[in-house]
Amino acid sequence: MRLEVEISGKTFRSAAGGTHEVLAPVKFALRSGEVGVLIGPSGCGKSTMLRIILGLDHDFAGRIARPPEARIGMVFQEPRLLPWRSVEQNVRLAAPDIADARLAELFKILELEAHRDHYPGELSLGLARRVALARAFAVEPDILVLDEPLASLDDALAGRLRDEIATLVASRPVMTLLVTHSLDDAVRLGDRLFFLSPRPARIVAEVPIGLPRDTRGEAEIAAIKTSLAQRIQGDRTERDVS
Amino acid sequence: MLRLLSFALFLAIWWIAALFVGGAKLPSPPAVLQVMIAEASSGALFLHLGATLARVALAFVLAMSLGSAMGYLMGRVKLADRLGDPWLILLLNLPALVVIVLAYIWAGLSEAAAIAAIAINKLPTAIVTLREGTRALDRSLDEMASVFAMPRWRAFRHVVLPQLAPYIAASARSGLSLVWKIVLVAELLGRPNGVGFEIGVAFQLFDTPRLLAYSLTFAAVVLVIETLLVQPFEARANRWRPRAA
Repeated sequence: MRLEVEISGKTFRSAAGGTHEVLAPVKFALRSGEVGVLIGPSGCGKSTMLRIILGLDHDFAGRIARPPEARIGMVFQEPRLLPWRSVEQNVRLAAPDIADARLAELFKILELEAHRDHYPGELSLGLARRVALARAFAVEPDILVLDEPLASLDDALAGRLRDEIATLVASRPVMTLLVTHSLDDAVRLGDRLFFLSPRPARIVAEVPIGLPRDTRGEAEIAAIKTSLAQRIQGDRTERDVS
Repeated sequence: MLRLLSFALFLAIWWIAALFVGGAKLPSPPAVLQVMIAEASSGALFLHLGATLARVALAFVLAMSLGSAMGYLMGRVKLADRLGDPWLILLLNLPALVVIVLAYIWAGLSEAAAIAAIAINKLPTAIVTLREGTRALDRSLDEMASVFAMPRWRAFRHVVLPQLAPYIAASARSGLSLVWKIVLVAELLGRPNGVGFEIGVAFQLFDTPRLLAYSLTFAAVVLVIETLLVQPFEARANRWRPRAA
């Protein structure tokens, strides 16, 4: 299974009547089992790109090829849970076929067992994020899209959730697309990193990480980050000169 | 408890006023109760009350279902909104009396004409309320349902309907009170039974005890339906909201 993204452009007409270019030509592909990471400054058009890939926005030039039967699991930037349904119902509504044992396992991994019957309004943001993760994994997705799933969480919790994401991603073949502005998250979770420019977004660099995810220790991660930082710095000076 | 107390206060004021004004204009509570009992034991009270309630139920269900569907459509589809809006404004501002009289003239003094006229009076407010509710729907939840490929019906039932429930409850409540008022006018003008008809008869005979007996029984039924049906539905629809302090 393969996800191919080939956007040749996206413009947006503002209320004032002007047109703004949101996306420059962007092209990349993702294979099953791979974690692709989109990294870019805030407001560069990442969310627009995701909406196009997810099929929520059809008003763009280009094409998206994904297997038509592919199931999508998505973690939005805000958890987007149904406030009038309990935690368990929220997950089951997205994944009606899930086995009780599997649901119990997911809730155990994400430490949500005590909150099954709570309503989202009674949860902290961190808990709501975990419910959103549980929902995305419960559908047994072929394509998993994570839009800044760890933003605005404290470091300890973000770290634990990151490990949980890594475990869950490793447990089944899935194409994962992670959007983040944290280089740390990107290096820890990603197989291939796509660095995006400010608006209109285009891919300035595509960096594969050769080392398998489970063999990356702290030292390796630090080394990759340093080399990446140098590289980004180099790109910037080069661009400034040209 | 407080409700009972306020009801007792109402009775006391009525009784005192009756003593001052005199029985012909304002009969005392026992006099009215006597008429109520007499009408009830002859069966007439239940017959008329039943006829009125049946009309209310039919017109209410008709107006709510049609109005909700049309309001939802107008909230979702811009073209429907543009086409429907002038009609809506016309209907909203058309006096109830005009609708009822025209319905009787065009469709005859029939049951169908009465129910249709009552329903048409309620229809536009249901449309307006549901249109507002539909416009206020959370787009981000629609997107969530679409990304997770929820079937249409499941998404409607679990994503859309709970958001519309407060609007439906508000529309049901205001609609019911509107229908209660209009049904009596429709009965007064063109039906041979019902509370409205009886009030018309009592008016012609200046029979105040009879008039009060029927209208108060009617008011009591309205109160019971409000507390037993409308309020529990509202409470259920808002169950998930964190309770207000």
